[in-house]
Amino acid sequence: FMQRGLDSQTKKQLEEEEKKIINEEHWYLDVPDLKEKESCIIEERSFLRCEDLVYGRMSFKGFNPEVEKLMIQMNSKCKEEEIEEDGKMEADVSDEEMARRYETLVGTIGKKFLRKRDQRVLKDDDEDEDDEVEEGNSNTRPSKRAKKMFLKPQD
Amino acid sequence: GLLVTTCGLLRHRPGGGGAYWVDSQQKRYVPVKGDHVIGIVTAKAGDVFRLDVGGSEPASLSYLAFEGATKRNRPNVQVGDLIYGQFVVANKDMEPEMVCIDSSGKSSGMGIIGQDGFLFKVSLGLIRKLLAPKCEIIQELSQLYPFELVIGMNGRIWVKAKTVQQTLIIVNILEACEYMTAEQRKQALAKLSGN
Repeated sequence: FMQRGLDSQTKKQLEEEEKKIINEEHWYLDVPDLKEKESCIIEERSFLRCEDLVYGRMSFKGFNPEVEKLMIQMNSKCKEEEIEEDGKMEADVSDEEMARRYETLVGTIGKKFLRKRDQRVLKDDDEDEDDEVEEGNSNTRPSKRAKKMFLKPQD
Repeated sequence: GLLVTTCGLLRHRPGGGGAYWVDSQQKRYVPVKGDHVIGIVTAKAGDVFRLDVGGSEPASLSYLAFEGATKRNRPNVQVGDLIYGQFVVANKDMEPEMVCIDSSGKSSGMGIIGQDGFLFKVSLGLIRKLLAPKCEIIQELSQLYPFELVIGMNGRIWVKAKTVQQTLIIVNILEACEYMTAEQRKQALAKLSGN
């Protein structure tokens, strides 16, 4: 009910009256809040949790090899200690070889993402090392090449 | 407070906060979430299969709940097939629902159980005995001859061996195990392996 030119005071009065009406209509509990008792009891309906029951599908003497694999898998989830004792799976590639390959791999792919300037630095480093080895230079160069500074042109 | 509703032995497990349960004997299965059960397909209703799991209601199983199933690639399930799956919803207010994949999407042994074999029902107490880690019955049986076994928590066991006779022998032993003592069982098995 939009009324033009209603004073702000009268508006407030009207709102308050509305609120009062609404509040009286609302039901509320006159009872003090009960403290919720935390029950330390959890109800469990399944026997699975109580007893350590084994997986239901079984196969013996190789009747169904897939089920036998499953049996080992499922039952080992319960007993993880046995898995560790049995040892790791045989890997096709040995750990050392894997580490070597990985090392070189990181280097090559890392080079790919270097900026052009850094790539040139790397190249020079390689060349310098080669030169040193071949010619046996006694000049000691800093292991890390500093950024090429701006050289003032000599008069 | 706690109320006792079943009779049986009270068992206690001290590990992990401790657990108490009543080890009771019953034949009727009540669907529980997370249990692996064997179900028999009784009807196909559109996208959903109805399975009989031995409870008060048939369970529902969606055709998408198999590993590698899509709308185009439907699993080949017929009425009368046996399915090994787990409950994903199972309370007294709703119809139980089953799936044949686990939380990571892999089937891990669940799904349609193959051809042949023999399905029979035992009491729930025996099932728990058989599924206990290092069960003697299973160990002794496994020495006899190669066979395959699927145990559902709803009291159903499916057995398959090379010949019908061997299958039936295993079935009879498992059924009788409930009432035989360990010695009687070993005698029976000794007779069999002697034969």
